[in-house]
Amino acid sequence: MNKIPSAISLGIRRGGLEIRQFARQRESVVFTLFFPVILLAIFGSVFKDTIAPGVTFSQYFTAGMIASGLVNTGFQALAITIPLERDFGALKRLRGTPMPVSSYFIGKAILVTVSMVIQIFMLFVGGLLFFGLEMPTGADKWITFAWLVLLGSACSTALGIAFSIIPKSGRGASAVVSPIVIILQFFSGVFFIFTQLPPWMQQIAAIFPLKWLTQGMRSVFLPDSFATQEIAKSWENEKTFVVLLVWLIIGIFFSVRKFKWDRD
Amino acid sequence: MNAIEVTGLRKSYGSVHAVRGIDLSISAGEIFALLGPNGAGKTTTVEILEGFRSRDSGEVSVLGFDPRNEGNAAREWRNRIGIVLQSTSDSGDLTVVETIDHFSGYYSNPREVDEVIHAVGLDEKAGSLIRKLSGGQRRRLDVALGIVGNPELLFLDEPTTGFDPEARRAFWTLIENLRGSGTTIVLTTHYLDEAEALADRVAVINNGQIIEISTPSELGGRSTAQALVTWRDGSEVKSEATDNPTALVNKMTAIFNGEIPELTVTRPSLEDIYLRMIGKTHE
Repeated sequence: MNKIPSAISLGIRRGGLEIRQFARQRESVVFTLFFPVILLAIFGSVFKDTIAPGVTFSQYFTAGMIASGLVNTGFQALAITIPLERDFGALKRLRGTPMPVSSYFIGKAILVTVSMVIQIFMLFVGGLLFFGLEMPTGADKWITFAWLVLLGSACSTALGIAFSIIPKSGRGASAVVSPIVIILQFFSGVFFIFTQLPPWMQQIAAIFPLKWLTQGMRSVFLPDSFATQEIAKSWENEKTFVVLLVWLIIGIFFSVRKFKWDRD
Repeated sequence: MNAIEVTGLRKSYGSVHAVRGIDLSISAGEIFALLGPNGAGKTTTVEILEGFRSRDSGEVSVLGFDPRNEGNAAREWRNRIGIVLQSTSDSGDLTVVETIDHFSGYYSNPREVDEVIHAVGLDEKAGSLIRKLSGGQRRRLDVALGIVGNPELLFLDEPTTGFDPEARRAFWTLIENLRGSGTTIVLTTHYLDEAEALADRVAVINNGQIIEISTPSELGGRSTAQALVTWRDGSEVKSEATDNPTALVNKMTAIFNGEIPELTVTRPSLEDIYLRMIGKTHE
């Protein structure tokens, strides 16, 4: 008798399957992977000003686009597609196999991370070619960038899975999820300069991870001199790490405890 | 040891008593059919056995395991069972062979993917995307995913709904082959002929209780039920219900002095018996 495959190896298998399934849905591939670069093209063409010496709006906006890409690809996409999978009965079928729930979650996290890496690559190419994007310099910036993307993907995945409990049906899911994401984007300084927002918006945004992801990304893409223009007069990367970690734990807790395999 | 042992199973949804004290023993290697109208408690019972639903009370053992348990022991248990649910559909962006191959990776001793595809008759569709399959072909894929793990116990919930008669016959052969390999099968079906062709024993459930458990040929006193003899006498079709059809036919043969016109001898079909049983409990 052979042993049942481990949860991690099955998670990697699921990741491969998720990517393959995703790659075959051409419309969503194009929209998901090009969405940040399309938005950059729109906003970069409209706002050509600099917001501080040597800091273009495109530069500021790139940070926000990567942060909100993490939210769109993880939280939003999963909170909409998982209820659909549940409606189809696909989740119930998985539930009846020896595949553990953790493997399913790992598969989703792999899909989100791979999708993010591709989106970021597209955004860099588009930004460099057309909008004078200045790439981060220095190993410390790239290290910050790497943990922000990885922790951000994990956090966004976990919260997307956790939130998938809430929509009653796949059809209604996007009506529940999309407004939340759009409001968070406005409040968190993705489309606007965060410090110019009313304080009550800033305070609400500070509860949620997107504001911190965006701020963290600014620490990567904007010159350190800009840090003094942040509300706390610093990038607060340690605080960002803690906030994302707390949300990751909250997301995993609800995903594991409350995950719904079946409609009723 | 019995594959499935259930005593005093109860389950209510609010004020609706879906299952009201069910006892069942299904032995290893048996094909056991659950019959009953919609809402009789069939699905609830099976889903409790499959570990999908909780129960209010009663003892349940499936392959020696209580399906309400979770964790690693549940994984080991699920490795030994196969489940074909009533309705499943996927996004359909994978091919038949990709899907079966992927699912086979969940189990410790899976069947060969090619062998499974052949067993369900999807050889020609192996490379097709799932969304291009017909309803019956999808159903066969469902069955393939249920058996790919080489289960000791297989649950089939209305497996042939949407099959054409030929596909149904092919499916029956597949089930016969599984029986040959010693798989225990729990089948729920609406098709009485299917239960009759496949099942060693059938249980009829109605209003959350088992009315009778028996072999298909003995259910509801079918084997001892009166036979109906009909024949033509001049312009009239006559019939007589009798316990001794052979004697009656002999008598008639003498009367007609040879061939009896339009002679038929029928016993109640499983369907007749079943409908009578279901009707009886409605009174």
